Amino acid sequence: MTDDTAPEPIAGEQPATSPAATPAEPARRRGFSRRGLFGAAGAAVATGVAGYAVHSAVSAEPSQAVDNNGPVEFHGTHQAGITTPVQDRLHFAAFDVTTTKREELIALLKEWTAAAALLTAGRDIGQYGAVNGPDEAPPEDTGEAVGLPPAHLTITVGFGPSLFDKRFGLAAKRPKALVDLPHFIGDDLEDARSYGDIAVQACSDDPQVAVHAIRNLARIGFGRTVVRYSQLGFGRTSSTSRAQATPRNLFGFKDGTNNLKLEDAAKLEQQLWVQPEDGPDWMVGGSYLVSRRIRMNIEIWDRTSLGEQEGIIGRGKGTGAPLGKADEFDAIDFNAKQADGEPKMPADSHVRLAHPQFNDGAELLRRGYNFVDGSDGLGRLDAGLFFLAYQRDPRKQFIPIQNHLAKNDKMNEYIHHVGSGIFACPPGVTPGSYWGEKLFA
Amino acid sequence: MSASLGRKASIVGVVIGLAALSACAKNDPAAKDDGTGPVSVQATDSGCDLSRRDVKSGTSTFSISNGGSKITEFYVYADGDRVMGEVENIGPGLKRDLIVELPTGKYQAVCKPGMVGNGIRGDLTVTGNAPAQASEDALLKQATDSYQRYVNSQTVAFVEKTTEFVTAVKAGDVAKAKALFPVSRTYWERIEPVASSFGDLDPKIDARVNDVEPGTEWTGYHRIEQALWVGNTTKGVEKYADQLLFDVKTVVAKAKTVKLNPLQLANGAKSLLDEVATGKVTGEEDRYSHTDLWDFQANVEGSQAAIQALRPALQTRDAALVTQLDTQFKAVFAALDKYRVGDGFKPYTATEAEKKTLAAVVDGLAEPVSQVAGVIAKK
Repeated sequence: MTDDTAPEPIAGEQPATSPAATPAEPARRRGFSRRGLFGAAGAAVATGVAGYAVHSAVSAEPSQAVDNNGPVEFHGTHQAGITTPVQDRLHFAAFDVTTTKREELIALLKEWTAAAALLTAGRDIGQYGAVNGPDEAPPEDTGEAVGLPPAHLTITVGFGPSLFDKRFGLAAKRPKALVDLPHFIGDDLEDARSYGDIAVQACSDDPQVAVHAIRNLARIGFGRTVVRYSQLGFGRTSSTSRAQATPRNLFGFKDGTNNLKLEDAAKLEQQLWVQPEDGPDWMVGGSYLVSRRIRMNIEIWDRTSLGEQEGIIGRGKGTGAPLGKADEFDAIDFNAKQADGEPKMPADSHVRLAHPQFNDGAELLRRGYNFVDGSDGLGRLDAGLFFLAYQRDPRKQFIPIQNHLAKNDKMNEYIHHVGSGIFACPPGVTPGSYWGEKLFA
Repeated sequence: MSASLGRKASIVGVVIGLAALSACAKNDPAAKDDGTGPVSVQATDSGCDLSRRDVKSGTSTFSISNGGSKITEFYVYADGDRVMGEVENIGPGLKRDLIVELPTGKYQAVCKPGMVGNGIRGDLTVTGNAPAQASEDALLKQATDSYQRYVNSQTVAFVEKTTEFVTAVKAGDVAKAKALFPVSRTYWERIEPVASSFGDLDPKIDARVNDVEPGTEWTGYHRIEQALWVGNTTKGVEKYADQLLFDVKTVVAKAKTVKLNPLQLANGAKSLLDEVATGKVTGEEDRYSHTDLWDFQANVEGSQAAIQALRPALQTRDAALVTQLDTQFKAVFAALDKYRVGDGFKPYTATEAEKKTLAAVVDGLAEPVSQVAGVIAKK
């Protein structure tokens, strides 16, 4: 594919609205099905370190985001997987970097970027892929995604505060906004489910495609990184596009009604993307991710009356409408009173406490997922919400909001936060560059 | 390890042949007659003195005297600690000969008092007729020869140490038997890809209780291990000790006739690490004695010996992979060194976090090792 001289559109990350490929390019489109491309990729791809340095082969790919099951454009101003309409499935992994050599870390990020470009395009990684290699060698690609469509896979990377310690000479480049999260009241954090040097969020409409992505990146990282923890998620718990219906979380409530949406471009600049005046330069166009593994006391919640559930959330369970209103998207009236003078929207309801009106206008772009990791030793669901929220500055957004919630939210009786992470997600990559290139420049 | 018996046997396979053709440079007949004679090596607990550090290409003999208080080993290493020849298990006051064929080049002569660590190293220069540029085929041939030498050196010590272990068991000396248990296993674990390729001998020697087939008697190392550590006795296991020594001698006799091809070396190196990842890191192998780290170290050493035998061939085909292998082997040994006590290891009672650290270095090594077979297979 390196001989493809078509210009690379830097399309941002809006696959649903990207221009369709012209009918004059059928051969190239076919190339995106798995397996079909092996010959071409194998021929054009130069082997590099461990066979993954195939970036040049991918860099000239035109956008192919036309098919509903097709790929999401990998390159762009911002990383894909943030405002991309939330996919159904998640495999999230936090890695610890075990090498102490800066150049090995850079090489890893280059290899990961190259692999991610192939993975998100729905292709096998490596020179030979999953099934065309020599009999004697383990396949370069693990192969469980062969025959599956790209399924809107996005791979998004963020750097944790611990990456900016002494090891790699990055201390001076740590963004001020990448704070260590403070202790929030009620936090019950497990070390083995928290923190991490690098986070990789793989979202896809097919769980196997997301698992395949993380599995192969972990494999590329062996000897340089180790998985600190990973989390599977299903059932997105928010919408990042007005084209999406609002899904329900495991409490049975619609979640993400009032989320930041990709259609609100101006608001995204204000709330989501790091601006030039925010600094540092390498983060401009990036965003900060806060991850929280929130365990839900499902069995207790299920024994709670409907009225109390609705009062805790602040919305009707059926409609998703704010209490006192009829429709999900009706404006919330925090001043409306019931006949007895009590506010229709309880003062300690989750919706009210989290609302920008009571948080100095701070908003988050949420793209969390439900999780069920089987049951615990007491026979209770090990389930909850793997909360993922992107923002321009956690000091002004997640931290004050969460402080507010941790102190006052009645929902706290039904949840506890057991995992936590914060990550600086650099801007998107352009062909030939790699995740965090400016950080290491 | 018996859990993976079937797989390993199929990976390694068995190739029996009239082994030991030499691929090295032809002996220069003059070298034997020029009066240089054997190199004498005075090994102590802190020294490794050679009577000279220049030899002629061809066959050399090293006479090693151990004047120290610890058991020692003597190695001649080529680049990357590729074993050209070695003598294991030289007790204090003993003298052993190493006869080794060395092509022209730079080597290191190494004594390892206590049989641990990097040893005491010195240069060794081999001059004489420069060998012809080795062809790719010759490099692979050298690899199998080199590994064969390794296996042979291990089998000698394996039989000696197992004999001592068995003697202690039969004498009812529980303490001595406990001390010798992990030592004799070391040699088994190093050459396991070869040794375990003989069908029923592996389960007889090394089955863990849960791997024993119904209707079959549980014998071997772990049967005795259970008696020693759980019962704190040797009573009732004397017959298993006899059986073990017999089985070990049988394995050794067979192992000497096995010639693995280069691909089998590569896969053997990988399967040894698979053993570490599945049985040793988890502490399942030596569940009564908790001497898993001895086995762990031995498996990795055996894997390294197989990989280093392939080193010259790998170097010409994928030098970057060689560098990566060196780095990752070093990382594994460094991680193990944290558990060293004297000539051995602490009992393996690692926390989950420690196990994770060990698993990570093993994964880091196993990935590049798994690439070796593909590189070797390339025409």
